[in-house]
Amino acid sequence: MGDNLSALTVIFTEFYYWMTVVIMFLIHVGFCMYEVGASRRKNHLHTLLKNTMAIPIVTVTFYLFGWYIYSAFVNGPGITGGLAAADFAEPWSPLMAAHLQGADPALGVSAADAALWHRLNGVFWAAFALFSITTASIISGAIIERARVGAFWIIAVLIGSVMWILDASWGWHPLGWMVKLLGYHDAYAAGVVHAIAGGAVLAVLIVLGPRLGKFRADGTPRDIPPHNVWLVTIGLFLIYTGFWGFYAACNIPIISTTAIAGQITGDTWTTTNIYLAPTSLSAITFNFLMSLSGGMMAGYVISKGDAFWTYSAGLCGVIAGSAGNDLYHPIQAMLIGAIVPCIAYKMHYWVERRFKLDDAVGAVAVHGYGGFLSVVIAGFMLWGQPSSPYEGYAHINPLGSIIGAVIMFALGFIPTYIVARILNSFDLLRVPKEVELVGLDFATNEAYDAAVADVTAAERAMVK
Amino acid sequence: MSTNGMTSWAVDLKDVGAIYPFQGSETLLVILGLAFWIGWHIWQIRHENAELKSEKTRANAERSRKHIDRY
Repeated sequence: MGDNLSALTVIFTEFYYWMTVVIMFLIHVGFCMYEVGASRRKNHLHTLLKNTMAIPIVTVTFYLFGWYIYSAFVNGPGITGGLAAADFAEPWSPLMAAHLQGADPALGVSAADAALWHRLNGVFWAAFALFSITTASIISGAIIERARVGAFWIIAVLIGSVMWILDASWGWHPLGWMVKLLGYHDAYAAGVVHAIAGGAVLAVLIVLGPRLGKFRADGTPRDIPPHNVWLVTIGLFLIYTGFWGFYAACNIPIISTTAIAGQITGDTWTTTNIYLAPTSLSAITFNFLMSLSGGMMAGYVISKGDAFWTYSAGLCGVIAGSAGNDLYHPIQAMLIGAIVPCIAYKMHYWVERRFKLDDAVGAVAVHGYGGFLSVVIAGFMLWGQPSSPYEGYAHINPLGSIIGAVIMFALGFIPTYIVARILNSFDLLRVPKEVELVGLDFATNEAYDAAVADVTAAERAMVK
Repeated sequence: MSTNGMTSWAVDLKDVGAIYPFQGSETLLVILGLAFWIGWHIWQIRHENAELKSEKTRANAERSRKHIDRY
């Protein structure tokens, strides 16, 4: 750090991302409450552990290769160039640990990398790791009460530490080929997190099949109500709360114009989105709340006051605005946030009836359709605007956004479908029918009952 | 053509004002926002009326006792 202003900027940025990571952790508290609330009592612990263990598994794999993929695969590779140099993100790099800026060419630490990454690598990595865990966790809720945990954890690594971060490298990086060639704009990850997760969920559901008893003999669906609506809704509230951190983490909080290769003229420092194009925290705060509100109000109407769908529509409303919430007017964000959840809600029930898919929490609708539509709408709403401060990039446009949204959904769907089929062929995807009927916590509950009987009998014997 | 007038970020940001799309439509947006808000209340009151009317007709003595006991 050359001077005190630079030092202050770097340390402020470091602290800013550290805070976003802490706030984003609430998303996962929310996911756990939500999934446990949505599952039946006989499946609680299994559901909880399935979701929670995605955190360490994706974190470790994201350290080992996920962060490297993000920085190295910006050109495809093979579309706009080869593998990009990303020495700072290799797991054996000294910059992937405590470091105080000194260059060390013998260990692969250049002066430029050290200056940029010595304090920021850990917090950037962690923010992206939290995005990764979120992307993986989205899959978890839809497949509750019948999926094997081992299968989910493999799919969590596939999506959380490989596929999503590959799509982020392509479409959510200042140098990504989709930004350069397609004018892809997805400021708060509607496509790169939600659409890909929705595609992956759809693929797993097709192979996995519905819960026993979900459909009647005539094919009409049964409602399997959450055992605890309170827990579900408070879980969704916590996901909203964590989503604030998610939004903040998608921005660069402060950057000088010279740090953006001098593309932006003048001396005015700014906040930028992930593409280094200017926005402000006020802009995203306006739009986050307005798109959330539009979603909740529309969800209340479309579901006729159903608590689960009102909250889910709020989440879908935020996702609907997310591709363009760095630039929308708040009322535009509200209207988009209101319209998209209504479409997603209708599609959820249509797909359920037509294709007999059992999406226990509406994840394909909220994340998949919501994320997909968000990117497409941004292509129209932001048509002609620069996708990047760098020269030579395509401008934001509808066709590039539609192609981009399809790529995102397909990057989730295709590999997950293949892996789910492989897992299924080895009987690793779904629990046996007998276990599903008695509940996935059967052995734990039996042991619990036996332990309670044993200790209470012992205590009773001590009473004279 | 650009929906917010910006075609390049190679500008001095101190000279840039609003960056949302379709500038000039603020009044229309506010009217749409008001219509959405008021329309929501009208729908909600009607829905609540219908719901309460339906519940009132279903609430016989036996059901009432059962739900009182449920607390």
